[in-house]
Amino acid sequence: MATYELTAPLKDEDVKQLKAGDVVKLTGTIYTARDAAHKRLCDMLDNGEELPFELEGAVIYYVGPSPAPEGRPIGSAGPTTSYRMDTYAPRLHSLGVKATIGKGKRNADVCKAMEEHTGVYFGATGGAGALLSQCIDEAEVIAFDDLGPEAIRKLTVTNFPLLVVNDSHGNEQYAKPNYEF
Amino acid sequence: MRIIKAETIHDAVVDLVLTAARYLPDDVKQAIADARENESSESAREVLGQLLENADLAAESGLPLCQDTGVGVFFVEMGDQVHVEGNLPEIINKAMVEGYEKGLLRKSLCHPLTRVNTRDNSPAVVHVDIVPGDKIKIKHMAKGGGSENMSRCTMLTPAQGWEGIKDFVIRRMAEAGPNPCPPTVIGVGIGGTFDLAPALAKKALFRPLSEPNPDPELAAMEEELLAEINKLGIGPMGLGGNTTSLGVKIEMRPCHIASLPLAVNVQCHSSRIKEVEI
Repeated sequence: MATYELTAPLKDEDVKQLKAGDVVKLTGTIYTARDAAHKRLCDMLDNGEELPFELEGAVIYYVGPSPAPEGRPIGSAGPTTSYRMDTYAPRLHSLGVKATIGKGKRNADVCKAMEEHTGVYFGATGGAGALLSQCIDEAEVIAFDDLGPEAIRKLTVTNFPLLVVNDSHGNEQYAKPNYEF
Repeated sequence: MRIIKAETIHDAVVDLVLTAARYLPDDVKQAIADARENESSESAREVLGQLLENADLAAESGLPLCQDTGVGVFFVEMGDQVHVEGNLPEIINKAMVEGYEKGLLRKSLCHPLTRVNTRDNSPAVVHVDIVPGDKIKIKHMAKGGGSENMSRCTMLTPAQGWEGIKDFVIRRMAEAGPNPCPPTVIGVGIGGTFDLAPALAKKALFRPLSEPNPDPELAAMEEELLAEINKLGIGPMGLGGNTTSLGVKIEMRPCHIASLPLAVNVQCHSSRIKEVEI
C-alpha cells in the first residue's frame, strides 16, 4: 500500500493510480456538502441553474462542521456517514466530481459510477473531528447559508489524512464481516 | 418536600452539555486504549490512536470531540420528595439550548420533512422517572445521528427467545458494518412494549463500560453478545480487527405473554454521557 500527496481539484491520472488501502494526504480546495445541500444541488441541476462551484475535478467532503471558535477557520469537522448521499453521488461523478470523503459503505451504483467516470471514495476517521479540523486552513460559506451546518463551504486543506476505501477499479478496503447473510 | 430552584437545574444542565461534548468519559478512553493494545492490525491501531489523540485535543482546545454534537437526550430520575420550581423539561431544554450556543456545539435538529434547521438544537428529548428520595439525578447523552441511524427495533415471537435475540443483534451489527463509527457500544432493550424497548436500549447505554448488568444471567448474555459481535471482524472504522464493539449493555423488563419486544440502540465510540445528582 502506497502513500500519495495529492492536490485538489483532482485529475483522472491522480485518481487512476490509487488502489483501495492507499493513504492520501490531500492539499488544496475541497467543498463540503451533506444531505440537504445535495438535494439542492440536484434540484439546481434539474432546473438548469449554475452550481455554486465547479464540479470538474471537485472533491466533496461529507461534513457538517461545528461552529468556528475565535481565531480558527472552523470547529470540529469529521466525516458523516456516506450512504445517505448515494442517491446523488452517481450523477455528480458523471458531471466531473472526482472524489468524495466520508465514512461507511457506498452502494453498487456509486461504485459503478466511480469505475465509469474515474472516481474515488476516501474514508476519513469518523469521530475524530477535532483532530481533522487541524488540517483545515480556511473555510468560507459559498452557498445555502440558511442550511446552517449543512451550508456548502469552500475549504482549503493541507495534508488532510485519507484512506482509499473504494478505488476506480472496483476494489474496496472495508473488512467483510464474518457473517452469512 | 425538598425544593430545588430552576436556576440550580439550569446551571447543572449547561455544565453537563459542555462537559459531555468535550471530554470523552474515562472508561471509554481506557477501553479504546486497551483495544489498541489488543489489536494486531496496523489500520486498527492507527484509527484507535487517532481517537485517543482526538480526545486529548478536544479536552485541551475546547473543540467538541465530534462535529456531530447530537440530539440532547436526558434521562431524569426524580425523587418523589423533590419539588422543582418550574417545568422540568422546559428548564432542561432551555439550558441545553444555552449550552449548545455557549460551547459552539453544532445545531443538528431540523423539521423532518422540510429539513429546515431549528437553529438552536431544540427540542431536547427528556425522559422522567419518579423514584423514591429527595434527590434528582440527570443523565445526559449527546446522541449522534450516524450511530442512531443504525439502530433497530422488532417484535419477536416468544418462541424465538434468546437465540432470536442473539440472531437479530448480531445480524444488525453485521449489516451496519463500518457505518456507525465502530468500535461501538450496544444498548439492548428486551421486553416492555413496542415503545418501551427502545427506551430501555437507550437507558442501557448510560451504564459505564466497566459495569456489567447486576443480574449475573444478563451479565453473561452481555458478554456472549459482545464476543459474538467482535468475532464479526469489522474492526475500528470497519477496516478490520478484533474490536468491533467496546461493550454490550442489556436492560430487560417483563412483557406481554404474546410478545418479545427487542431494540438495539447503537452508540459510536464517541460515547458522550455525563450525569449529575442534585
